[in-house]
Amino acid sequence: MLIFILILIAAIFFSGIIIRTKSIFSGRKGPGILQPIKDVIRLFRKGSVYSQTTSFVFQIAPTVYFASVIMAMLVVPFGQYKGFISFNGDFIFFAYVLALGKFFSIISAMDTGSSFEGMGASREALYSMLAEPAFFILMGSLALLTGHLSFQEIFAALHIGSYITYALAILATFVILMIAMIENSRMPIDDPKTHLELTMIHEVMILDNSGFDLGLILTTGYLKFAIYGALIVNLFVGVIPYGYTIPMFFIIQFLVAIAIGTIESFMARFRMGHNAQFIFALTSVSLLIFFGALLILGKFI
Amino acid sequence: MRIIEVFIVIVVIATFLIPFLNVKRKAIVAFAAILLCALLSSYFAINTLLGKTYEFFLPGSLITGLIPVRIDSLSGWFMLIINFVYITGSFYGIFYMNAYNEQKNNLSLHAVALIFLHSALISLCVIQNSMVFLIVWEMMALSSFILIIFEHEKTATIKAGINFLIQSHICIIFLMLGFIWVAIKQNSFDFNAITAYASGNHGVAIILFLCFFIGLSIKAGFVPFHTWLPYAHPVAPAHISGIMSGVIIKIGIFGILRMLLLIKPDYTIVGYIILTISIISGLYGVMLAIIQHNLKKLLAYHSIENIGIIGIGIGIGCIGMGSNNQVLASLGFAAALLHTLNHGLFKSLLFYAAGNVYQATHILNIESLGGLVKKMPQTAFLFLIAAIAISGIPPFNGFVSEFLIYNGLFSWLHDATLAALITIVFSILGLVLIGGLALLCFTKAFGIVFLGNPRHEFQHEIKEVSLFQLMPLYLIAFFIVFIGLFPILFLNLLYHPIALFAGTLINHESALSFNTVGVIQPINWAMWMLVLLVILVFSIRKIVTRKQKVVIEPTWGCAYVGFAPKTQYTANSFIRPYRKLFKPFLLIFKHKKDIEGIFPIKSHYESHSYDKVEKWMIDSPIRSLKSFMGRFTFLQNGRLQFYILYGIVFIVSVICIPVIYKTIIEFIEFIKQL
Repeated sequence: MLIFILILIAAIFFSGIIIRTKSIFSGRKGPGILQPIKDVIRLFRKGSVYSQTTSFVFQIAPTVYFASVIMAMLVVPFGQYKGFISFNGDFIFFAYVLALGKFFSIISAMDTGSSFEGMGASREALYSMLAEPAFFILMGSLALLTGHLSFQEIFAALHIGSYITYALAILATFVILMIAMIENSRMPIDDPKTHLELTMIHEVMILDNSGFDLGLILTTGYLKFAIYGALIVNLFVGVIPYGYTIPMFFIIQFLVAIAIGTIESFMARFRMGHNAQFIFALTSVSLLIFFGALLILGKFI
Repeated sequence: MRIIEVFIVIVVIATFLIPFLNVKRKAIVAFAAILLCALLSSYFAINTLLGKTYEFFLPGSLITGLIPVRIDSLSGWFMLIINFVYITGSFYGIFYMNAYNEQKNNLSLHAVALIFLHSALISLCVIQNSMVFLIVWEMMALSSFILIIFEHEKTATIKAGINFLIQSHICIIFLMLGFIWVAIKQNSFDFNAITAYASGNHGVAIILFLCFFIGLSIKAGFVPFHTWLPYAHPVAPAHISGIMSGVIIKIGIFGILRMLLLIKPDYTIVGYIILTISIISGLYGVMLAIIQHNLKKLLAYHSIENIGIIGIGIGIGCIGMGSNNQVLASLGFAAALLHTLNHGLFKSLLFYAAGNVYQATHILNIESLGGLVKKMPQTAFLFLIAAIAISGIPPFNGFVSEFLIYNGLFSWLHDATLAALITIVFSILGLVLIGGLALLCFTKAFGIVFLGNPRHEFQHEIKEVSLFQLMPLYLIAFFIVFIGLFPILFLNLLYHPIALFAGTLINHESALSFNTVGVIQPINWAMWMLVLLVILVFSIRKIVTRKQKVVIEPTWGCAYVGFAPKTQYTANSFIRPYRKLFKPFLLIFKHKKDIEGIFPIKSHYESHSYDKVEKWMIDSPIRSLKSFMGRFTFLQNGRLQFYILYGIVFIVSVICIPVIYKTIIEFIEFIKQL
């Protein structure tokens, strides 16, 4: 349960830190760290505008999206401590339950009948499909390395000892960070601050959402960041006791947020056509991790 | 024994009764006959799943010898699937066929063929005499051919039907080859002879299995033997498509499983072969499904994908058997068997929903549909449930079977060799891609058909089908949710079928059910939590937004106000990024005329997709065969004298060859001595 609260706390600050990092790099003062949360709270209190084209799908989609991410959050462990639920193959459930949210956000975008939102939906469907193999192969190699099948057991048994494991941990961090960027439609893939709908992915899908629903969707985005941040934390904490891990959790989350802010400040968005190759390249990085795991286990003769 | 006679009597009476009744009664009698047969056979099926096995011997004839009828739990499981899909399908069919009420004779033929097909399918599960098995197999092929070509006045229908008929018979040739081989060696048509012949000889066992496997995979629709499927499904009436995809292709799966049990080939080699073909089928099926614009053709390609997933289960199950890994074996076969049921459910539901759409709009091209959720909310809702289930997303049934496969693959990691590890990685990669592509495909199908604004102006009013017609759909949807939320119940039923395969690897009995049930138990809780969470969040939303102001406005067009249905995203544009990425695997023809000049008059864009495997496997061999045969057209010159000459030459040679047989032998001996 601890991790649940930790992720919630991290989610409150995460987006604010990214925005602050970006504004510092661009020489502005920027809004307060809590501004994104204040925005969401304001949205929760606002009324909504619904398109006359939409149906029940549009009404339930943000709810399902939010619930699926909360469900995914319940599976995430905290080093050696279990998440709310933990079982063999929980990372499969993690990925698939996120897919449920994606399914609904895609069809809710198509429910509006807007050409822009259809465009975003099409891209989201393709990119999330391409990002998934990387996650599965990453988890597969970690499972192979540790001999366990659940998040908690894998992370508890993950010892960083030799040079190769360092390399693997760094590669794994990179893969998870990139998956987080894709899942949240951030910079190298998508530019949330662009002013042109034609070049958006996630932002353009929620053009018609307003009020409570928009608040839910934004909250879900913050939670997703914190969840992937927590996964990265898990790569490093291992069997260290609580006293040290909780500060470590926040430090690593903080660093991840700053890293994302930095990436967003200094990188330009890829051309849409090149995104697919980039995302699929992540799979080859996770294949590298897999071969690294084979090396460590001495499966190569 | 008696019950089998009752079964046959029901079929015969219904067959003779149907032509003499009026249209309404035809449907009722056909349905009643199927229901009775289904109930009778389900009685046995349920008993076998509880651990009984049956063995009868029907007298048969001089040619066939005794006809053994053996019902074990594997037959039982498939019989239950067949019966369920069939009952819902024929009930749906009663209403679906209402539109064709004038074609009385055609309807009688259809109803009789429907009953015949059902009894053939049930018999195939239990009959263990190769001669009779082939006859029943032929009965199945012919009756499904008649069912497919119901609308035979359309060229496309009759073409697809003949395509199906030919490929079915190629399938029968392979089966016949295998059975004749065994019958010659063992002098018996009993299936036990197959075991007797194949045991002890590994090489023979594998070749014999592959012979059956090729035949059966034509029926099941594994790539590259799938080409009949995308033609036959769209042209058949909706309930036939549902039954065909739900159970007829599953008979192929049943045959493969049965042959695995009978032949007991080297499981490791066979497992790798099946796994490879299945991954290719799964990926290729869904890749082609995405680019289809005919709703039923799209679903047909998805059947190939799901057969691939079932095959992956069988493949890893076999490898588990080969490597004495009982966890892998039980997970693999459990996944395959459960997915067979799951696919039967959601695919038939999808086909019936597509049938509703067709009935309301008379259109299957998804580019012309849209916005149906407002006109047909119930059909849309049912389609949505099936679409989520088929994409393998929790909390529905598709996820359960895919989870079993994943779990098998991941648990296999620990004691795998290097070759096995690479296989695992590619299997996982394949399965993940299949899942992701299915999501892309079904967001497209659901989004374009049911959401947005209508893309076509209809002359008639579009309305939801009757509640009676929706009833079987709701029943199927109920089971989709039910399996998702109570998977353990079904895995317990699967105990005996799995034990047929993996039972030999295990010493104590509890381990078997622990493997599968233990894996699914926690998922079960997680699924419940997910459902409760969704309800909870939704009620919070309801309470919070109760007093808030809601405004209904047109869709935000980013400040563009000239909004028209034509500006919506189309199916083709939805998959454009995908299409560009997967170009090397696809075959798409485009015809377009760009906008030219200052005052453009007309421009158009059209794209057609074709199957690359079909081009290589079917079209080009046929073309070269045709050009080769074309060289002999001079023989067929239309002159009667020549034909009589051919006849004389034939007769003379038939008489002469035995006469000069000895001389020929001597001549050959002579040449050899040289």
